[in-house]
Amino acid sequence: MTVPRVRFTFWKAIFLAIMVPGIYCTYLRFFHGLGAATHLSDQLPWGLWIGFDVMCGVMLAAGAFTLTIAVEIFNIKQLHSVIRPTILTAFLGYLLVCAALMYDLGLPWNIWHAIIMWNPHSVMFEVAWCVMLYTTVLALEFSPIVLEYFNLQKPLRIIRQFMVVLLILGVLLSTLHQSSLGSLYLIMPNKLHPFWWSPLLPVFFFISAIAVGLAMTIFESEMSSKYFGRELELPVLIDLGRALVVVLALYGILRFEDLYHRGVLKLVLVPSYQQRFFLLEIFLAVIAPFSLLLVRRIRESAQGLYLAAVLTLLGFVTNRLNVAITGVESASARYTPKWTEVVITAMFVALGFAIFGAVAKYLPIFPKEKAHIPALREPAYAEVAVPVHAGD
Amino acid sequence: MQSPDGALAWRRFHLPRPTGRQGDLESNPMSKGILYDATLCIGCKQCEQDCAAENGLPYDDNIAAQEVTSAHKYTTVLTKDDKFMRRLCMNCDDPACASVCPVGALKKTALGPVTYDKSRCMGCRYCMAACPFSVPKYEWEKAVPGVRKCIMCSKRVAAGKPTACAEICPTGATKFGDRDELLEEAKKRIHDNPGNYLPHIFGETEVGGTSVMLLSSIPFSTFGYRTDLTERALPMYTYQVLSRIPDFVPLFGVLLGGVYWITHRREDVAQAEAEDNQRKGGVQ
Repeated sequence: MTVPRVRFTFWKAIFLAIMVPGIYCTYLRFFHGLGAATHLSDQLPWGLWIGFDVMCGVMLAAGAFTLTIAVEIFNIKQLHSVIRPTILTAFLGYLLVCAALMYDLGLPWNIWHAIIMWNPHSVMFEVAWCVMLYTTVLALEFSPIVLEYFNLQKPLRIIRQFMVVLLILGVLLSTLHQSSLGSLYLIMPNKLHPFWWSPLLPVFFFISAIAVGLAMTIFESEMSSKYFGRELELPVLIDLGRALVVVLALYGILRFEDLYHRGVLKLVLVPSYQQRFFLLEIFLAVIAPFSLLLVRRIRESAQGLYLAAVLTLLGFVTNRLNVAITGVESASARYTPKWTEVVITAMFVALGFAIFGAVAKYLPIFPKEKAHIPALREPAYAEVAVPVHAGD
Repeated sequence: MQSPDGALAWRRFHLPRPTGRQGDLESNPMSKGILYDATLCIGCKQCEQDCAAENGLPYDDNIAAQEVTSAHKYTTVLTKDDKFMRRLCMNCDDPACASVCPVGALKKTALGPVTYDKSRCMGCRYCMAACPFSVPKYEWEKAVPGVRKCIMCSKRVAAGKPTACAEICPTGATKFGDRDELLEEAKKRIHDNPGNYLPHIFGETEVGGTSVMLLSSIPFSTFGYRTDLTERALPMYTYQVLSRIPDFVPLFGVLLGGVYWITHRREDVAQAEAEDNQRKGGVQ
């Protein structure tokens, strides 16, 4: 019984070891400016905070909309049990993205300007509105979990009445948001390296978000089975793994076709700084997980799925960092994040894990062993047809 | 409806086209411009000094020696052997910076200058990322930073005066005037003296045309100018996607709602049947 206790203090120590310098870096950032806290420059105005905290943060939150499409829209019931953790991840992810934006914006106290000073020609305008609206929708999608915990039946009934609209709105908004992060770079045809600049950028960002959504759900389920000691629902994860193979194949083929049509394919074989990062990205994101998942024995084992999911996540994190950083670097302007940037990023990751752990501990995020888990939108049919569960 | 795209043009709602030269609108007859003719330049850097004075920026021998533009230096004269070249904001006809600014802090004025309003800015630095010439600079060292760049002396221009750099130029290398007239003059100079110039007016068509135009006798790339820039106005790349969003939202929304309706219909049917069975006293 002492083992979990030791593990808890170990993670607590890690958390504190990140938070303490994190607070110092926060001071540095807000009182001494971006110059003191980052290695950003006039040549590279966007760095780790945009590339990882924002771009990857949003991408890793994609599990919610991927699973919402599958479970709520397509009504694939066997995936029900994994939807709540994805919504919690997305909600937390978006809150952390907003917090990270406050660090990266030069004048964060002006962030509300986007609400009243419109420029609909700007992709950043679309991004800003998607962040605001989708965070709100996620809060509402998450609210039944809190309301259930406090047994507030009346607001619960009200929110469930609007749940279908909220779910559809959520899918719409995150579709727009995931793709718009790619659209941000459309205006840089001469600045972003041709490995990454493409008129299809929004499509690539959208498809990869779905792949990441699936991989993230597998990853989370396995992590939570390890650390919260709940039973692993392998058949569900195998389904997700199958979907992941298909999405990765689609993505890989589309990337290949795009490179071919733009005449960039020959650059893949020419050694260069960008080429190395491109090959790393394609290997991690597409080739490795796709090949692994093709093998039935791997696809149907917990460890195999976990490995493939982690590779997919690392691969698309590399992709986002390549678009945001590698692709706009030049021989005269290289960027490596300053230690303070890394600490702030680590701080947000640590906060994400800590808050997720705390919420999962107290709120009904994961299904009790083999118990009936109500969906976001309580299926009336289940209650009527299977009255055994009424006492839950 | 007849449109510049041709008879079958797709009319997009809510989002007017970008308004620059490549936006298929008539060029703005009021638009002013700057013509810099490197062959006339003697590298005296008077333009740098007067630009600093006009914009309240420090200027001394150290700053004069810096051959890069920065948050405290809006223009610089580059030297390569006995040749010179200026760097300053090109004040694009259809500027990427103004197009990407989510809060409209950067604006293309009718007279030509691309201006910046710090009171609107939220510091996202998208303008810096998007600018094809990497012109906007940032006050990295400040706790309350802003974007800094040449704004083509917008106040002077609005008052009918030339830019500070053009006014002080002792040789006429930097000339201020109507952009259309300056373009004609640039063409004439190349035509009259082909041995003296490259047959290229930098800024005539780059990224859809710019208010600042450059003439040189040696390749612009010598001074770090990119010669592979698209002739298309950059905001059009974004517009092609953004203008479709108002169409996309209702279509995708209905699709999602429709799929939901169909997939959950089966459930309703099953429920009705179950109730039916119960009423008949059937075994559950």
